Amino acid sequence: MSDVLAVTDHRRGELRDVSYELITAGRELADATGGALHVAVISGTVDEFAEKLDREGVDTIHTVDHGEEFNHDVYTQTVTQLYDELAPQYVLAPNSVNGLDYAPAVANQLDLPIVTDTVDLEADGDSLTATREMYGGKVETTAELSGDAVVTIRGAEWPAAEGTGDASIEAFDVDIDEDAVGSTVTGFEEVGGGDVDISEADVLVSVGRGIEEEENLEIIRELADALDATVSSSRPIVDNGWLPKNRQVGQSGKVVTPDVYVAIGISGAVQHVAGMKGSDTIVAINTDPNAPIMDIADYAIVDDLFDVVPALTEEFQ
Amino acid sequence: MKILVTVKEVATVEDEFEIEGTEIADQYLGADLNEWDDYAVEEAVQLQENGVADEVVTVTIGPEDCEQTIRQALAKGADRAIRVWDDSLAEADLLDVGAKTEILSAVVEAEDPDLVLTGVQAGDDSFGATGVSLAEEIGAQWGAVVNHLEHDLEDGVASVRRELEGGVEELTEIELPAVLTIQTGINEPRYASLRGIRQAQRKPLDVQSLDDLGVEGSAVDSELELTDMYEPESESDVTVWEGGADETASELGELLREKGVAP
Repeated sequence: MSDVLAVTDHRRGELRDVSYELITAGRELADATGGALHVAVISGTVDEFAEKLDREGVDTIHTVDHGEEFNHDVYTQTVTQLYDELAPQYVLAPNSVNGLDYAPAVANQLDLPIVTDTVDLEADGDSLTATREMYGGKVETTAELSGDAVVTIRGAEWPAAEGTGDASIEAFDVDIDEDAVGSTVTGFEEVGGGDVDISEADVLVSVGRGIEEEENLEIIRELADALDATVSSSRPIVDNGWLPKNRQVGQSGKVVTPDVYVAIGISGAVQHVAGMKGSDTIVAINTDPNAPIMDIADYAIVDDLFDVVPALTEEFQ
Repeated sequence: MKILVTVKEVATVEDEFEIEGTEIADQYLGADLNEWDDYAVEEAVQLQENGVADEVVTVTIGPEDCEQTIRQALAKGADRAIRVWDDSLAEADLLDVGAKTEILSAVVEAEDPDLVLTGVQAGDDSFGATGVSLAEEIGAQWGAVVNHLEHDLEDGVASVRRELEGGVEELTEIELPAVLTIQTGINEPRYASLRGIRQAQRKPLDVQSLDDLGVEGSAVDSELELTDMYEPESESDVTVWEGGADETASELGELLREKGVAP
């Protein structure tokens, strides 16, 4: 029998969706090993969070009332103490920016292997098979390990746990060494404000790495003008400073749901897709017929954007 | 102040490729400096230009073949490079986070930097875990997914912004010594100048074995075993418009009119 400990994620008073997905992933593993599912919620309004986390399949919820927001030292110390106390086989954490800020430290401190960004997990006795992507999603791999491990899961790969559970809620008495807390969060800032709100647009003409040069953006602007559409982009365009942050679609940018999303020279990395998959109709213009964007596109033109975009602009002039 | 930057040569894959066992066949692979590391190198070089850092050292774990890639960092302004390699590393199938942590921590011990910069992740295996794991191992502070670093580093504190999801940034103060994992977009990585490229050929590139670093050969034994690699099944039910640009553009134009969104 091997238990699972799932560590939930919250920010500024809200549990993040992946918390409920962790319960589903954790329950599946615990079922396979015949163990219990422990859920930990650390910092913030833990009692309120615990009530929300009490969904089907959770055996015990451990609340740790220490501070308001995420602090990786507090999380690292708490999770290692929970591991010592509960002796779970698997510690599950979200593959979020905060998950990656403490899970590797927990694994190293406990001398456990870590597998990150998993999209599927199969437990069989003492061994675990983790599925993850490599080369930006071009291939999937399976990796096997045995014994205890720290595992982070990708968001939106498991369904959210539902229903009302019957978990016992226990306050965990953590012993935080404040001297070892070497970082302090001083605030949060929303970025990407400004003149345009791309999440309000009906039609987005969205441009990616395939545009190659900053001056080539002109053909995208011309198309947007002709269509009366709004220009957005994938991450590399903003990283290059060619468009401001408020134009970025994706995990670290905006989530958009326009009527039509035209992805031009965008390969469709998972972080980008997370921000636009809710669009009503998705059109991809890309030279690579195997680009991941094709998996979610409704229509595609497999051709050079430098030929197609001007031709489309002409259609509307 | 001394800065150590971890860099990695990553494999790039062509659009069309074949898989042999648990690897992509050689002829479809290229090599490049990991994109995230390029930003980490740039940040370190800027800190040196601003007079905050005295020395920038890069470290990589990789075979001789990767020296050309690693010299890109020297061409952009790093002072010297360390490359860790030996037979036991050449034989290893997969270097997991624990193995990289152990090797890099030995380098940190020898170099004693005030600041270690790594990329958030490597573009090939994308574990995104080595930097934070390394920080824990060497007893340093850390910050993951940093997209802004104040260059004064006054009173031994790094003021950073961490890029959270959904367009939110976290403002954090981190005590030095620290490991920061650097996100793309934190700066604009420069192109190496011709002069820089020439100079890079003369800069020291020191090759060290595990033995030199005092790391046991067993450190490279991975607890993870790669058992399969395959192309993900396409869930695509995309309608592909065929024909020349004029034809496909007019199909798309028609769709936009149908949807009532075209002028």
